Amino acid sequence: MDTQTDTQKDFGPADDHGDDFIRLDGVEKVFDVRKKTGFMRSERRQVRAVDSISFAVARGEMVGYIGPNGAGKSTTIKMLTGILTPSGGRLRVAGIDPSRERTRLAHRIGVVFGQRTTLWWDLPLIDSYRLMHRMYRIPDARYAENLDRCVELLELAELLDVPVRQLSLGQRMRGDIAAALLHDPEVLYLDEPTIGLDVISKAKVREFLRHLNAEQGTTVLLTTHDLTDIEQLCRRVMVIDHGRLMYDGPLTGLHEIGESERTLVVDLERELPPIEVESARVVKVEGPRQWLAFPAAQSAAPLVARIAAAYPLVDLSVREPDIEAVISRMYAEKATS
Amino acid sequence: MADLQAQERHDAHRGFPPTGRSRVVDGLRAYRLIAWMWIRSTMAYRASFAMTVFGNFAGTALDFVAILLMFSRVDELGGYSLGEVAFLYGLSSAAFGLTDLALGSVDRLGQRVRDGTLDTLLVRPAPVLAQVAADRFALRRLGRITQGLLVLGYALVVVDISWTPLKVLMMPVMVVSGAAIFASVFVAGAAFQFVAQDASQVQNSFTYGGTTLLQYPPTVFAKDLVRGVTFVVPLAFVNWVPALYVLDLPYPLDLPEWVAFLPPLVAVVCCALSGVAWRAGLRSYRSTGS
Repeated sequence: MDTQTDTQKDFGPADDHGDDFIRLDGVEKVFDVRKKTGFMRSERRQVRAVDSISFAVARGEMVGYIGPNGAGKSTTIKMLTGILTPSGGRLRVAGIDPSRERTRLAHRIGVVFGQRTTLWWDLPLIDSYRLMHRMYRIPDARYAENLDRCVELLELAELLDVPVRQLSLGQRMRGDIAAALLHDPEVLYLDEPTIGLDVISKAKVREFLRHLNAEQGTTVLLTTHDLTDIEQLCRRVMVIDHGRLMYDGPLTGLHEIGESERTLVVDLERELPPIEVESARVVKVEGPRQWLAFPAAQSAAPLVARIAAAYPLVDLSVREPDIEAVISRMYAEKATS
Repeated sequence: MADLQAQERHDAHRGFPPTGRSRVVDGLRAYRLIAWMWIRSTMAYRASFAMTVFGNFAGTALDFVAILLMFSRVDELGGYSLGEVAFLYGLSSAAFGLTDLALGSVDRLGQRVRDGTLDTLLVRPAPVLAQVAADRFALRRLGRITQGLLVLGYALVVVDISWTPLKVLMMPVMVVSGAAIFASVFVAGAAFQFVAQDASQVQNSFTYGGTTLLQYPPTVFAKDLVRGVTFVVPLAFVNWVPALYVLDLPYPLDLPEWVAFLPPLVAVVCCALSGVAWRAGLRSYRSTGS
């Protein structure tokens, strides 16, 4: 095979045409699941983990990829990174077929698996970065520049000489994100980057991702269970369930389709009968605390103003709907319409 | 501004990664980098390292003590003197020790498939086999090689071998080919674990079991077992077949003399076959993700 011409073809200007950095056309992934039905006997069953998914992501986009457990999110990410070979359809990342040219693609993508660290447990954090430097053959100046930037923005300066086993979960996640970015990937995949993190760590990770996307122009694709991640980061969200793409568009649209509701929790001065207010209904009362449901697409501010005008308000908080609730409402909507 | 930077970085990738570099060179480089990280990791616990080196040495030495105990009761084992058995033992241990040092942790592949950490290796720009082979690289395994070489040295002193230049040349060739044959068994075993993730014990019976078998003369085993080890899983070419030529002893099976010089060829064929098996295993993993 003539690799030279191949390289020129894929890296040439033609591959930027149309600006679709990631492109999937009818991508499928079918697993053969073998189930034991007796001694030495088994039954074969086919499971469609990803069922004919098509979408495109432009360079510099930040996209949330959500869905319940087992929906096919991880399978999609694994196909995009070249870990798994699709059973059907066409898939391109930066003009490269991931499953065929896994190692070549590796230089251009960064991957963070939320629950599996790639850092060296017994060694100081900086040693893991030095390994990346050499394994990815990152030019020295570029490595120094990228490391400095990550250290500053992810607040890693004091952690560099600490063995990874002594880092907290939040610190380790920040460390993992830096490790995935030292080789200047054009796209960063994050699988549940905020899972298990405390509020402050979550905020730091989100702030960094926002900066990365805005300043560096890095394309970001993240899966999450936390709708707040999506709300604060992604203008575009894709919902996948049972291997099918259920929704692709802005988050606000998702709320409209799903008729999802947010919850306003108010603490009143004293126990009162359920609040009566326009466009919200009380779903629960517990002493002076009341829970009101209101459409997620609607702003909470006028609602709060109306309640504050009529009731002795002490404190309040707004709760976002969780993804499972949004998706189950989407189904209910589809069934009735 | 952001677009410009992105474009700049994209440009930087144009000559990247260097094409035309052979996968073997890439693999060896990745192996060296990862092995060095593991050495440094073990050095985080120096005292523990010192103890495990000694433990590894002592543990493997017990194998030879068992043979010594046998010879305190009898003068011959299957027609072999203590020195001749030590010769077989030393060759087998040295060859196996080299393999165990170089890729002793590939049998953890099933574990990596189960817990999903294999995926983290698949997103790196290096051959997966090199990364898996370097996993948990442990210098404590030098203990087994040292022990094997000491026993081999003892055998060379006590056994009266009629040396020819050819026999001298065969000594290092035997150890290296033997290590390569064991390596192919390790890799084939790991490839099998892509399909059956709990098969590491099956693999151990061929690797650790194999080396123990080869430490004894072929004459003490049933003919069928010797045939299996000669023609099916060709472990006999690690030491039995070539070593008996060096010792001027007859092989229990009726084989022509030139068979004694086959170990390098057997090693190459075995490595090629296990390479094919590995690729098939990896392909199956990437299509099933099991």
